[in-house]
Amino acid sequence: MMTRRRLLAGTATLTAMAGVAILARPAWATVEATEAAIGAFTGGKTPEPGRITLTAPEIAENGNSVPVTVEVDSPMTEGDYVASVTILADGNPNPEVATFHFTPLSGTAAATTRIRLAKTQNVVAIAKMSDGSTFSDRKEVKVTIGGCGG
Amino acid sequence: MATPKPRVKVPKKASAGEIITIKTLISHDMESGQRKGKDGNVIPRQIINKFTCEFNGMKVFECDLDPAVAANPYFEFNAKVPESGTFKFTWVDDDGSIYTDEQKIAVN
Repeated sequence: MMTRRRLLAGTATLTAMAGVAILARPAWATVEATEAAIGAFTGGKTPEPGRITLTAPEIAENGNSVPVTVEVDSPMTEGDYVASVTILADGNPNPEVATFHFTPLSGTAAATTRIRLAKTQNVVAIAKMSDGSTFSDRKEVKVTIGGCGG
Repeated sequence: MATPKPRVKVPKKASAGEIITIKTLISHDMESGQRKGKDGNVIPRQIINKFTCEFNGMKVFECDLDPAVAANPYFEFNAKVPESGTFKFTWVDDDGSIYTDEQKIAVN
């Protein structure tokens, strides 16, 4: 839950952090916004745990560039493959980070990229299989310097 | 901003059906639309919003990017190589610009 106190504390940290890092939009992605984004991706279903592994550092020194890897356990054949994987962050101004789309030609459903995290928060990865089933994994990443300004 | 320069790493050779790892990087500020400039106005968003990788015209990997992807977007992913051919990489900018790169691979 995003309480007023946490919101204020977060905003104060961010403002102090870079001096120039004043947010254009005061509205932060909240846990609710993230849940809504999950629902939009899965079509209202609650993703099950398992099959997907999200790898992210426990502590990120610089929130401007945090390496994250997703791997999904799948045979990746024409009949059974991972269609897409989305990455969400519940403490960023917007929860959406990136969405990967795979095909059987991908060989394995694994991808690495670098993302921005404004503050310490949960990163969620959700996989959507070709048969419509969904799986998710989440990791908390502690951020020492946020990546909202730069 | 200088013209974004794509860099792609694909193995030169592979055996048929092998799963290879591809690494891509493109220089781009990924301006998030959240920051304010010196004049106090919001710097408009300008990011790469889509990346695709095709092999001989078939889709291999695609990514929709949001402003939370770090500057100089980096991707590492896999591809199954059934035959010799060409990988084509495409990055689509918010302003409509398209940046591409191609890499050949030989199957022996």
